[in-house]
Amino acid sequence: MSLTLVDKLWSMHEVHRLSERRSLLYIDRIFLHERTGSVALRELEAKQRKVRLPSHAFCTMDHIVDTTPGRSDRTLMPSGQDFIVATRSAAQEASIRLFDIDDPDQGIVHVLSPELGIALPGSTLICPDSHTCTLGGVGALAWGVGSTETEHALATSTLRVERPQNYRVSLDGELPVGVTAKDLILYVIRELSASGGQGYAIEFAGSAVESLSVEGRLTLCNMATELSAFTGIIAPDQKVFDYFRDRDFAPSGPTWELAQAHWQDLKSDPDAVFDREMALDVSQIGPQISWGTSPQHTIDASGVIPTPADAPSGLQHSSWAKAQAYMQIRPGTRLEDYPIDAAFLGSCTNSRLSDLRLAADYLRHSGARVAPSVKALCVPGSGRVKRAAEAEGIDEVFREAGFEWREPGCSLCFFAGGERFAEGARVISTTNRNFEGRQGLGVRTHLASPLSVVASACAGYLTSVGSQA
Amino acid sequence: MKVFNEHVGVAMPLPEDNINTDVIIPSREMRTVSKSGLADGLFAPWRYLDPDSREENPSFAMNKAAYRDASILIAGKNFGCGSSREHAVWALMEAGFKVVIAESFATIFYNNALRNGLLAIALDRRLIDALAAPVRDSGAVDVLSVNLTDQTISAGAMVVRFEIDPDAKEMLLEGMDEISLTQRNALLIEAFERSDRENRPWIYLND
Repeated sequence: MSLTLVDKLWSMHEVHRLSERRSLLYIDRIFLHERTGSVALRELEAKQRKVRLPSHAFCTMDHIVDTTPGRSDRTLMPSGQDFIVATRSAAQEASIRLFDIDDPDQGIVHVLSPELGIALPGSTLICPDSHTCTLGGVGALAWGVGSTETEHALATSTLRVERPQNYRVSLDGELPVGVTAKDLILYVIRELSASGGQGYAIEFAGSAVESLSVEGRLTLCNMATELSAFTGIIAPDQKVFDYFRDRDFAPSGPTWELAQAHWQDLKSDPDAVFDREMALDVSQIGPQISWGTSPQHTIDASGVIPTPADAPSGLQHSSWAKAQAYMQIRPGTRLEDYPIDAAFLGSCTNSRLSDLRLAADYLRHSGARVAPSVKALCVPGSGRVKRAAEAEGIDEVFREAGFEWREPGCSLCFFAGGERFAEGARVISTTNRNFEGRQGLGVRTHLASPLSVVASACAGYLTSVGSQA
Repeated sequence: MKVFNEHVGVAMPLPEDNINTDVIIPSREMRTVSKSGLADGLFAPWRYLDPDSREENPSFAMNKAAYRDASILIAGKNFGCGSSREHAVWALMEAGFKVVIAESFATIFYNNALRNGLLAIALDRRLIDALAAPVRDSGAVDVLSVNLTDQTISAGAMVVRFEIDPDAKEMLLEGMDEISLTQRNALLIEAFERSDRENRPWIYLND
């Protein structure tokens, strides 16, 4: 029988069939962070249950921890320190490897996962965080869960999961210069809608996906959750296998060869049948920027803000109007008509070395500086990313252009640690959610690629590299 | 986990698609490392004109006299999308909600609800409108009666049937502890590991 990649990974991890659609699945890796992982660990402890395999679980500090240089356990949010201290003691008590604030490898959970070889091709990985689907970029079956399911996985090394349906989204064509993986996924969400992936595991395929770097693939899969998909995944290829050579927790020695042989089979059979298919030609797309309060509210950076009356369904008329009122943006205007107050480069979507390089190259070549009215900051995704960037002088490029250069963490993607943009500020951001209030009270977030973020920071208004020409 | 069987209560409509968990409970409202103390922050961005001073927004449903005691929430498509925070479920429950009816749910929210005894019912727009019609017409408060055993929702004489996975239904009806349930399969898990270790030795790090 012909199988999809997700079918294969499902059978490979199925311990027991529970009902027609539900299985007890083996979970290879569990990653926790101090925001929601702390709750799971404390609940286990309270019920006197043990972490079944501590060596399969990892924990980092990223969501609440401060990202200003010289940071400590203290955060702007008065109770933030409680989360950090509680997580530290719970992780130590459970003998889980913790990437603590002072650990040179500390960083954002979904940046660390592939970087350290914790997520591997064909592995199952869960984390109490919706962006866990990022790891589909290296061919892992990875998805976000709540704290209670995390407790279950920690205690039993398994989860009771309803099997998603199979959806293949083929993206074909050569991406135009200046169009990145971030633009690609924003375009897909715009086309499929914020609920377009519900009930499905989405396999991204096609020539545009194959030609993405490993880091680009992580960016693409990162936002599968914004389609409300169970997860996103890309069949791993030689580029991915090579990426894992000599990573800390990846196989080595004789098992490296064994793993490589095993990973070769991780792809959908040529005649596998998907429950749903969609093919998009992406050879003509431009940079994408969101205008509203859902990632599906996205247009070409050079496009015109749509009129609510043109929204596809009844409920969307009112939601478009509501979004435009919140965003203080009018139909018929252009994104370039809107000055910005801040620019943010970071998060599990776009804080890897290739993102930072792309932005720094723009600054180097254009010689542009951040507009005087704009607060701009760059937050590397991990300690390793930060050190690698500093070794190339990227930190200096950012600082000289007027960007703050921060310590690794989720930072202003949302304001869990208590740091926020000024009330009502308009922000261009490489993050994944433009929800109301996500980056601070009344803050108006526009999602975009690293390139659009630096271009806008320097221009002082919403723009992309392409539309500046 | 709480047992769910049947519930009669006031239904509050929030007729919007894609209500995300940042709106249900903003990050800044999750102040302690626990599952409680969240009710006050429920829907804070919409419920308060000023979330800091807690000045109420009179046009938001929760602040209307008719819905002060609402225990059933009715929404559009993709309810609970966004962040995986289980706090969204805990906040709803702490504020007295027992049932959420929506056109569809984000998977993580649905699974979180199930594991806490909050009944999440996915229902066709047509049926949701039919249940809400008596309210719109009379201006009265909509009292719905939800029965999980029979899988029905009643509004006066109108009865609507809903679907739920049999395994999920049993979990809710019995308030089962999922971990204990799975631990009954401990031997199966160990057997899986023995054979899997042969195929994928690199997965098994030293303990």
